[in-house]
Amino acid sequence: MMIEALIAVALIGALVTFVAPNRVAGKLAFAISLVPAAISLWLFATFDGSGNALLEGTLAFESQYEWIQLGEYSISWFVGLDGISLPLVVLTTVLTSLAIMSSWTPIDERESQFYGLVLFIEANLIGVFVALDFFLWFIFWEAVLIPMYLLIGVWGGPRRKYAAIKFFVYTNVASLLMFGAFIALVFGLGDAVTSFALPEVADAMVNGEGIQQTLFGLEPTTLASLVFVAMFIGFAVKVPVVPFHTWLPDAHVEAPTPASVLLAGVLLKMGTYALLRFNFTMFPEQVETYAIPIAAIAVISVIYGAMLALAQTDLKRIVAYSSVSSMGYVILGLIAYTQFGVGGATFQMVSHGLISGLMFMAVGVIYNATHTRLVTDMSGMADRMPVAVGILIAGAFGYMGLPLMSGFAAEYFIFFGAFGADFDYAPIFTGLAMFGIVLVAGYLLFALQRAVFGPYSLETDYEVSRAPLHDLAPMFVLLGLIIALGVAPDLIFDMITDAVDPILEGGDS
Amino acid sequence: MAIYELPEWTALGPALILAVTALALFAFDSISPRSTNRQLLAGTAVAGSLTSLGVAVWFTVAGVGTPTADGGNGVIDPTHGFVVDQLALYFMIIVAVVTALIVVASYDYLVDHAYQAEYYSLVILAATGMSLMAAADSLVTILIALELASLPSYALVAILKDNRGSVEAGLKYFLIGSLSSAIFIYGISLVYGATGHLELAAIAEVVSGETEAGSGHDITEMGGLLGLGILMLIGGFAFKTASVPFHFWAPEAYEGAPAPISAFLSSASKAAGFVVLFRVFTEAFPLGEIGAVIGFDWTVAFIVLAIVTMTLGNFAAATQDSVKRMLAYSSIGHAGYALIGLAGLTADGGELVMGAAMMHLLVYGFMNTGAFLFVALAEHWGVGRTFEDYNGLAAQAPVACAAMAVFMFSLAGIPPFGGFFSKYFLFVGALEAATASTAMLVVAAVLVINSALSLYYYSRLVKAIWIEDPPATRDRLAQPTGLYAAIIVAAVMTIVILPGFGPVVDAALDAAGAVVG
Repeated sequence: MMIEALIAVALIGALVTFVAPNRVAGKLAFAISLVPAAISLWLFATFDGSGNALLEGTLAFESQYEWIQLGEYSISWFVGLDGISLPLVVLTTVLTSLAIMSSWTPIDERESQFYGLVLFIEANLIGVFVALDFFLWFIFWEAVLIPMYLLIGVWGGPRRKYAAIKFFVYTNVASLLMFGAFIALVFGLGDAVTSFALPEVADAMVNGEGIQQTLFGLEPTTLASLVFVAMFIGFAVKVPVVPFHTWLPDAHVEAPTPASVLLAGVLLKMGTYALLRFNFTMFPEQVETYAIPIAAIAVISVIYGAMLALAQTDLKRIVAYSSVSSMGYVILGLIAYTQFGVGGATFQMVSHGLISGLMFMAVGVIYNATHTRLVTDMSGMADRMPVAVGILIAGAFGYMGLPLMSGFAAEYFIFFGAFGADFDYAPIFTGLAMFGIVLVAGYLLFALQRAVFGPYSLETDYEVSRAPLHDLAPMFVLLGLIIALGVAPDLIFDMITDAVDPILEGGDS
Repeated sequence: MAIYELPEWTALGPALILAVTALALFAFDSISPRSTNRQLLAGTAVAGSLTSLGVAVWFTVAGVGTPTADGGNGVIDPTHGFVVDQLALYFMIIVAVVTALIVVASYDYLVDHAYQAEYYSLVILAATGMSLMAAADSLVTILIALELASLPSYALVAILKDNRGSVEAGLKYFLIGSLSSAIFIYGISLVYGATGHLELAAIAEVVSGETEAGSGHDITEMGGLLGLGILMLIGGFAFKTASVPFHFWAPEAYEGAPAPISAFLSSASKAAGFVVLFRVFTEAFPLGEIGAVIGFDWTVAFIVLAIVTMTLGNFAAATQDSVKRMLAYSSIGHAGYALIGLAGLTADGGELVMGAAMMHLLVYGFMNTGAFLFVALAEHWGVGRTFEDYNGLAAQAPVACAAMAVFMFSLAGIPPFGGFFSKYFLFVGALEAATASTAMLVVAAVLVINSALSLYYYSRLVKAIWIEDPPATRDRLAQPTGLYAAIIVAAVMTIVILPGFGPVVDAALDAAGAVVG
């Protein structure tokens, strides 16, 4: 019942905050958000699951109730946690609390609606990671879009309307594609499944005979490939990978800071999480078949994303494009299909969530003071905002993979796993992707050097003062977590690999 | 069960309660014609519709009209021409829910209006007709119930007597309604001429050759006549459900009418039209036999109508500037979705697709009523009628605007709202039917394309009220209790129906099972 409590607190909190007076909404939302954070940490401490949720693992905090019976198929409320989803749930709840605190300064109109929507997003994000029935999962998945659309559209920057609608259209079309593909998959499995429960579908695909039915004149093997590709594209938009990435910089740049934090920190992980749960768990054969094109997409995302970041002068755009690059690493780790590859990819989801959250907060704090994000407009910011800038630099080093920070562990795992991958040319792809690290160092150091070092100057007419404590505190918490995971990756890596191993064994058989 | 100890006529309780309420309101009006005691009038109407709802729900839960243990079909036949089965009860619930919502909302909308008692009694009288439509199973009782629902509706559309738009809309609605009634009656007479019967079951026996036609002719010789009659019946229903080819009254009538009446017509009246449509075609003209008699399957007609209605409604809605007209055309589009319930039937099945259409009509009863009531609220505020006039309302009235966003996304069929499930089930039902007729594959594809298109214009409204900046000069917006309550209840139901979809599915499939298979 703890998972239900987690979602219920966030949902009810969202309603309460939505109708609360504006001046107390921020504090109220923060206080409410501490409850799910505490519950999720308690779940983390008492976690007793093992194996993979979809492949006959032992679920922690499982609950299942029949919901709808229609024809041959039943739909149920089915939630539970395994080693892959639990770290992401903790990431979601912690990051939401911190994002709420970081919005106290920048959000100064319609606060109660803003914080209400943030808590509503949190509830649905948790739902995405805990749901184990396709319908339930899809409802949470889609329910994230509407509040994010409004967060960008109402509280965003000058081009917010364009960015919001672009985000909405891209992700919705992708969802439709993925939804259709999954329904085709279930029908294609025929009598092998009687519900939309993900473990049942995964079992039929991996241990059963897979797709046996001819649907609309498509042979079973063709159907399986089509479903795999359609779902991959559907999720790839969300991740995003090149060439489906163009919504991301617009959405990020226009979104208010806390929305960027959640967008980069958790929403992008929905895509990679879904890829892992669906494509990489249910279709071991197709993963093998399509290894080279997917690896190529991963490498292109890494390199192209980094090169785009190199060309930017807007700090937020730099961080946004760097997300494309970092998500490329996740895809590379997944397609490696080894314990370190897939485990490292999952680790990177958490690590990147923390680091990108930190970076967006730091950029946000600087913007609050200077009202510009252009590196060409500022210089020597370290002089006026030593603490905020210090954190920004620390975050940048996390991005570059400085040892003892989580980014290093994640990238190390991924490269280690990808070198040992089975598909052809795996070492070459990995080597190319490693070149991305050089580019990361390039664009981040280049930007920092211009913006924060050197003599102080600022093109805008704002008096720069030190950031208030409630702006800095969330960043210190994130920095602490980044270092903790960098020093002791086993905090979560053990449970991740425990959940990842069954996927790979399923693929071998 | 205890319920059978009641006399059989009480099975029509939900409709009778509405009738008594209407008469009570009339009585009050004749005793005190100039009264504007809004509390009493609205309170009576609300109490009547809620009692009707309660009784209908009670009967459904108690299992009235479901097959009995001793092998009977359990359908109660209280009097000649009416039956009460799960189908009838299901639609009585929809009618009662929508009536209750719009009566509550009208309390604020009718402030300073001169004809309070007339308004409420006409609404309840129309609701009585709609409730009876759900139970009518003879062409005569159907016609009477349909007219009982229609005549008060004409008056209600025109009830803003000093408003040119309202009067014009009422006149147009009346003229087109009379025309379609005439066609409908002519259709009835042709069916009667061919079969010699008016009761649906008796017509079915003649069509399937079990009994001889009343005229003594072989029914197959009368195939052309019967076929023409059936087409004319379709015309009559198309008017009531606002489907092509008798849809064009809808945008005019909805726009001119007071917004709660638009909600009433586009939700309850449409649902009532559909229940008669479902009952007449499944009971009187069984698919297995009708083809041999009239030379074509009527599903073909509905496949064409569904495709055209969906497409026309959605494309027209996408080009509107007035919010009310947009909702009117979207209402036509949704009639097209519900028509899939008939288009997807086959000789030996189709419970799923028809059940899905019924689920959609129930969800639609909440989300569409809510959307029109929001328009009523906007009219109450006096902000204007176009999308631009709605700009930035959320900054001033966030709760009502959140509810409107729920209605819009639900109408578009996006999770996590009720409209998602009902539309998904329609899609699956259409796909299932596609195994028997490939034309249904086209219907399923058109459904998806239209849903995607509809997201464009629904989200345009969300964008206007939430994202666009409000005009500099707009007064504080009032919060009328009744309108707010009705809108919030509708929004909560649109969401709560999702976790509660299990019982809805069961009820809808039972209702569909009462007439199909």
